[in-house]
Amino acid sequence: MSEVLLAAEGMTRRFGGLTANHNVNLSLERGVLHALLGPNGAGKSTCINMLSGDLPPSEGTIRFKGEDITGLGSHQRSKIGIGRSYQRTNIFPKFSVLENCRLAAQSRNPRPWRLFADALRLADTVERARAAIAEAGLAGREERIAGTLSHGEQRQLEIAMVLATDAQVLLLDEPLAGMGSDESAQMVTLLNRLKATRAILLVEHDMDAVFAVADRITVMVNGQVLESGTPQQIRNSPDVQQAYLGHEAEHE
Amino acid sequence: MNSRVSTIFKLAVLAAVLAFPVFGSGFYTEMLAKVLILAIFAMSLDLLVGFTGLVSFGHAAYFGVAAYAVALVTPKYDPASLWLALPVSVAAAALVAFVIGLFVLRTKGIYFIMVTLAFAQMAYYVFHDTPLGGGSDGIYLNFKPDAAIAGWAPFDLNEPLHLYYFVAGAMLFVYGLLKLVLRSPFGRVLVGIRSNEHRMLSLGYATFRYKLAAFTLAGALAGLAGFLYAVLFGFVTPEYLSWHKSGDVLLMVILGGMGNLAGAIAGAVALVGLQELFTGMTKHWQLLMGVTIVAAVLFMPGGMTATPARIMARINGGKTNE
Repeated sequence: MSEVLLAAEGMTRRFGGLTANHNVNLSLERGVLHALLGPNGAGKSTCINMLSGDLPPSEGTIRFKGEDITGLGSHQRSKIGIGRSYQRTNIFPKFSVLENCRLAAQSRNPRPWRLFADALRLADTVERARAAIAEAGLAGREERIAGTLSHGEQRQLEIAMVLATDAQVLLLDEPLAGMGSDESAQMVTLLNRLKATRAILLVEHDMDAVFAVADRITVMVNGQVLESGTPQQIRNSPDVQQAYLGHEAEHE
Repeated sequence: MNSRVSTIFKLAVLAAVLAFPVFGSGFYTEMLAKVLILAIFAMSLDLLVGFTGLVSFGHAAYFGVAAYAVALVTPKYDPASLWLALPVSVAAAALVAFVIGLFVLRTKGIYFIMVTLAFAQMAYYVFHDTPLGGGSDGIYLNFKPDAAIAGWAPFDLNEPLHLYYFVAGAMLFVYGLLKLVLRSPFGRVLVGIRSNEHRMLSLGYATFRYKLAAFTLAGALAGLAGFLYAVLFGFVTPEYLSWHKSGDVLLMVILGGMGNLAGAIAGAVALVGLQELFTGMTKHWQLLMGVTIVAAVLFMPGGMTATPARIMARINGGKTNE
């Protein structure tokens, strides 16, 4: 069995009377792209927010390489190697693409408190940022102001920033949202490449993309895990067809 | 090209500042010294407001604490040593900023503004209403700090000219220091926090610590300004910690242009200059001041330092230089 990096056990989140996530179990392994599917309001974002530390769970345990990290905040989780991208583009719009990624890479600098060093001359940090930009397919765009990039490029920048932090676990919240088909195809290629050395959780609405890249799929409905398995199992599951795929079809 | 023009302009201003006492009268030399001190004060606040995105409305507290510190460490019939009084004053301001920062930095937005004001008011009343600070009259500083080291004095702060150049040197030091800090990895983190603190957290930055460090540094530099102000005028009063003072320095930063050290300096020049101009014209000068500031905010968004670029853009037919 491959190496489990991040695991949620009995993870529950309540907002007042609403249970957004109920007893969710999930595990992310290195080399595996795990997709999280579900209709709107199923609790996918709540789930990813708890895994990334943006939101504390009401109950349950989150483990990273077996260690309990439930109490860690988002910056501490980033430090140990859990990176996330956001559904709504969450970048530094007035900075250049390079500075966006340089800041991300700088967070791994062993001496971030140096007051009198020139930030732009920390060679390994800049190098790492450039490498992440290239890996995410934005080479040549380094000097562009992030806010002036196209929507698809901003989504790529989201990924580049996570890569620049050298995360081993990538929590990607709808990276394909709003992308054209060419950009989508590029992103799918990128995801396939990234998962070789990392564990990836992909929250995504684009079914075609999910079935093209996912090794494992978890379907959530009403805050609970309905089914978890290989794409083949999910495709053939009557429960999933009933609750989710069929449900979608009714609305089309 | 633009940056070269700006460098030449800055050097010209520097030359004028250094040459001024040679030509100007004592009165105006003292006034310019006051402007330079307030420029330090404004730059220290700009580190918070313009670069880190923390709108502190209680920055006078740190200015005032340091001013009182120098008055309190000065013996009644002797001068204090500069090399003791200066570090003690700055450290006192830094310490107060650090402690207040621990509390206020847990809030955001409007709450941050209100709670920084509240702490500054508390500090104000400590000096206003306890025997420590001599009440509303404040304390006279009978002797300016003595610069002698083991009997040898490199300069004498009782000499107006020496004091002026000491102040000018301090301002240059603060400008250079903040320039260095802002291009450092630490400074880049502060600017990132202003832009998007949430993302900074998710990238692995413990933003609270960075904000606390910035708040403490800003407090220390405001303290340096307060120290110099007390030494220049020879007395301290609770007014140094009042919310008017906090408002004035915030106005300097806004007038000059937030997030720009040269802007903070320009704002200090403008505010003191306008005050001088209007107080000479009428008793109701605050009315004129108010109108001018409202007009400046309306017609010069981005402050004085952003105005040349805006005018150039207008001349070029609305095209920006991209």
